[in-house]
Amino acid sequence: MKGLLGRYGAPLLMILPSILLIGVFVYGLLGANFWTSMTDNHTAGQASGRKPVVFVGLSNYLDLLATEDFRHSLVNLVLFTVTFLVGALVVGFVWAWLLERPIVGGRAFQTVYLFPMAISFVASGVVWRWLLNSNQGESASGLNRLFQMIGLDSLQNPWWNNVTFGITAIALPAIWQLSGYVMALFLAGFRGVPEELREAARMDGASEWQVYRLVIFPQLTPVLMSAVVIIAHMSLKSFDLIMSISSPSAYQTKVPAVDMFVFKSSFDYANSAAVGAFLLIIIAFLIIPYLVQQHRSRTR
Amino acid sequence: MSTSASTTSVAAPAPTPSSQRPGTGFRWARLLRYLVVLAGVVVVLIPVYILVITSFKGIGDATPSRAWALPTTWTTENWTQAWDTLAPSILRSLQMVIPSTIISAVLGCMNGFVLSRWRFPGADIVFTLILFGMFLPYQAVMIPLMQMLLWAGVPNGVPSLILLHVVFGIPITTLIFRNYFESVPHELIESAKVDGAGMFRTFWHIGLPLAVPGFVVVLIWQFTNAWNDFLFAVFFSSPANGPVTLALNNLANGALLTNYGISMAGALLASLPTLVVYILLSKYFLAGLMQGSVKG
Repeated sequence: MKGLLGRYGAPLLMILPSILLIGVFVYGLLGANFWTSMTDNHTAGQASGRKPVVFVGLSNYLDLLATEDFRHSLVNLVLFTVTFLVGALVVGFVWAWLLERPIVGGRAFQTVYLFPMAISFVASGVVWRWLLNSNQGESASGLNRLFQMIGLDSLQNPWWNNVTFGITAIALPAIWQLSGYVMALFLAGFRGVPEELREAARMDGASEWQVYRLVIFPQLTPVLMSAVVIIAHMSLKSFDLIMSISSPSAYQTKVPAVDMFVFKSSFDYANSAAVGAFLLIIIAFLIIPYLVQQHRSRTR
Repeated sequence: MSTSASTTSVAAPAPTPSSQRPGTGFRWARLLRYLVVLAGVVVVLIPVYILVITSFKGIGDATPSRAWALPTTWTTENWTQAWDTLAPSILRSLQMVIPSTIISAVLGCMNGFVLSRWRFPGADIVFTLILFGMFLPYQAVMIPLMQMLLWAGVPNGVPSLILLHVVFGIPITTLIFRNYFESVPHELIESAKVDGAGMFRTFWHIGLPLAVPGFVVVLIWQFTNAWNDFLFAVFFSSPANGPVTLALNNLANGALLTNYGISMAGALLASLPTLVVYILLSKYFLAGLMQGSVKG
């Protein structure tokens, strides 16, 4: 035992502060959150600890799922994530493919495509709220006005004010901000394919398209997987953009992350914690298989 | 903006010029490629165009019919007003971002060193458990987090936010430094080990100096993340004691009906620090993205 401590004491001591912090702030608080989500802590008095709370099991979760309001949030979350994911992956992939081979000004193009990532969602929300203004006709500004100017009047639409699909309009700025990141990931993937592989395929008489389809694209699968995980988990957590373009009280654009904030603001801590737990469970389905697979590939 | 990098393997970039094969359709293909690339640039820059022109428009000038036109007269009125409103919160953002970035980078460097070069049994499990924090939806800890900081007496505003950005920055900084230490030559540290130098001495004299480029990447990355954060700001501060993202959101909501120009100028002001960092250090910014995604 003493030998082990002598050997591993120093490294353990060095990492101890982080282990403690992560242990408390991530795993400890997750446990506390599950507990709160299973109590009847719905009032300000209980939130401040002045009144007692009672364990109620999973009833908050079941009640939430039973309300049309929360189901609408879940549907919105799916719509938003699908639009954001497909949009960012397609745009990012196409950009990477276009810039994969040397092109005059390639570096500058990459910089332009990537820069929206350096901006906060709140700042980009300011301009996108203007662009996605739902006014049409005479009073139209933003994209609706642009559509009029280029003769595509029929494309005018209420954007995020549409009750069913409004949330997909908010995916547009998200795609605008993150496509460059997806591009950067794919570019690294393209550059990881050895030149000899391409040459060998060309020697065998493959056309340029066949080189891509049969040799290069299959090599990009790991990049695709991490791009999916990164974008999907960001999308599930989305809060800033929706808050800055729409508002927390707007039915058409609400998602669980917004519900969590609204419940908290009305001191309904139990439901707020339950919504947070729903988000964790959804994200865990995506992340845990990914982390396990990563862990295995490290230890192999 | 909450962003995190993956841990999947992406091979190191090896920029080898492709052989270009002349063909009949080749010139057209190249022209088409250029046109699509340029179209992408135009689309990406549309919001920037709107931000800039609207921020320089006077009140009467910002009518729907002239929405996309250049200002009739260029005025800096919006900028002055936005600056007057946002200046205190920009200062608070700096007070928050600078210490939290430095502390979480130091912690990440220590962790990365240990997890890569001075391993202990179970190091990979610990690493995976830390990494999970990167993907954690903060909503799932927010309620008990508020209760805990209240109980511990950490004041709302800058102090709370420094603590939170340090703690929740640990996973990404650990990942980047771990991958960084994996990628530098192992001999130096190994030979120090063989010579019987203690871990702390090795870390101080060899690990830290070796990690300087890693620090550049991590500092940029954490600076951007903390500066752009809105979620923690909403829960742990108010416009009176919070960072610039919160003040900007407040300004935008207030100015919504009267004058878009002020909020556009405010959005540009609030983005300037991260944009300057991005433009000056884009090489490292990209390296941060990549290193986060390169498996050790």
